[in-house]
Amino acid sequence: MTAPPAPPSARQPLALTPYLFLAPAMIVTLAVVLIPVVQTLWMSLHDYVLFRPKNVPFVGFGNFLRAFNDPTFWISLVNSAWWIGLVVGLQFLLGLVTALLLNQSFWWRGLARALIIIPWALPSVIISLTWTWMYDFNVGVLNDLLLRSGLVSQPVAWLATPSTAFYAIVLALVWQGFPFFAVTILAGLQTISAEMYEAAELDGATRFQRLRFVILPAIADVIATALLLRTIWVANSLDVILVMTGGGPGLATHTLPLYAFLKAYSGMEFGYGSALALILTVILLGVVMIYVRRQAREALA
Amino acid sequence: MIETRSALRRFVEIELPVLLIVLFAIGPYVWMGLTSIKSEADIAAFPVRYLPTVATLDHYRMLLQKTSFAGNLWNSFVIACGAVALGLSVAVPAAYAFSRFRFAGRKLLLTQFLVINMFPVVLIIIPLFVLMRQIGLLDTFLGIILGHSTFAIPFSIWMMTSYFNAIPVELDEAARMDGASRLQTLRLVLLPVIMPGVVTTAIYIFVTSWNEYLFAMMLSGQHVRTVTVALQLFIGEFTVQWGLLTAGGALIALPVTILFLFVQKRLVGGLTAGAVKS
Repeated sequence: MTAPPAPPSARQPLALTPYLFLAPAMIVTLAVVLIPVVQTLWMSLHDYVLFRPKNVPFVGFGNFLRAFNDPTFWISLVNSAWWIGLVVGLQFLLGLVTALLLNQSFWWRGLARALIIIPWALPSVIISLTWTWMYDFNVGVLNDLLLRSGLVSQPVAWLATPSTAFYAIVLALVWQGFPFFAVTILAGLQTISAEMYEAAELDGATRFQRLRFVILPAIADVIATALLLRTIWVANSLDVILVMTGGGPGLATHTLPLYAFLKAYSGMEFGYGSALALILTVILLGVVMIYVRRQAREALA
Repeated sequence: MIETRSALRRFVEIELPVLLIVLFAIGPYVWMGLTSIKSEADIAAFPVRYLPTVATLDHYRMLLQKTSFAGNLWNSFVIACGAVALGLSVAVPAAYAFSRFRFAGRKLLLTQFLVINMFPVVLIIIPLFVLMRQIGLLDTFLGIILGHSTFAIPFSIWMMTSYFNAIPVELDEAARMDGASRLQTLRLVLLPVIMPGVVTTAIYIFVTSWNEYLFAMMLSGQHVRTVTVALQLFIGEFTVQWGLLTAGGALIALPVTILFLFVQKRLVGGLTAGAVKS
């Protein structure tokens, strides 16, 4: 006679228990994320205008076709590409330089490290407010410094001039985001053992060679993760632009998420806004997938 | 001789650049603080008067006595605490399940929470507004707290799962041997051990919720307006009152800056978990 199977009562709770622990999180997530996303899909296929709730005609892919024929969509898309490239690129470069410097030892390193974090902690509204104040045309500190040093002969209306507004906001975002790169890369640098530096030094490597062949390969993983994460955040972010210029002057600072938001919020065109939000999501999906695959591989290993 | 030269070299090559970067990082922050304690006359002066001729707390007084700002601070505090409570109370059991059980759909569900965290805000905020309007949750504390849970829950689940993973399973087994149920094990044995992780996660959610602007603006009206939304409205209302605006900015920024400095070191590991191993 073979051993009897374990009584069902002993197996049952084990199978159900994890789902019970997960249930609260799943229920809330279903309500605030998954159902809304399905609703976005539904709205994107309809001509849904908020103040006309009774008349919501099905338009199929009409909203998406409309986007492809909408010059503002294309301008926003191109701006978004520049926005992501410039902001993430500059945040990364400044963050890398900061991390390399902070990895050296000097007596006030701890203090410097703490102070550099500050921009990262601030809410987007304060970032917008502070920079708008510094960019002020009449009494702004930036114009004052530039006038005093003779770099400009007249004050510049940084946020009201189409050719400068975009870069003015990029600078504010670089300021806000470089600490993330600095801290992350610094954490990566501190995992490199002293022996590796010493070996490179004994081999007579120059400082640049050490950076190129020892340091960068050792932190490549950290850099890749930080770049992916930041690209997603910057691509999605719209609050600083919204508060600083609202997308203007003209369309100078329109990006894709901002345009989608403005269509829904100011234009009340929820159908078209949803379609624009979905296009953004699909474009970003590739980056998200790469990031998710890396993270999941680590966490589930 | 060599000593001084290398000290000088280190100053020029390392300390001076770091000093410049620190100035760039805290310059705007300090400028906000300085503006908030200047008199109106000093603020309006051009060329710019860098240091206040007299330091004054008038802007703070006016902000707290003559505007709704004190109430807005309270609203933000309630909402941030609510987001922490909701986020953690559902995330801790979920993270425990992800860490301690192997069940069908585990990988898919855990990945789902990561993907959700990467969704564009606009994708969620437009329908959420419509839904909350239909069920009457617009302009309520619960509405905004639920809005903030869209990022609080996935983030907490990932943070807490990695904290649970760091505790050896033997600890659970010992407790189970002594006759503790799953819930008792979680509550009496594991939670005390991961308390530092819980606190770090709580502070991060608090700061993110306190700082959040888009959900708070879309989902709130007059009743539960948060500080970030109120400050943004001041920008439109008092276009030239920079003293008042920067005082508001300083009041919002100070508590979260302090909280953030406490947790940032431990946070980096969580945010880039996997790539950075501490």
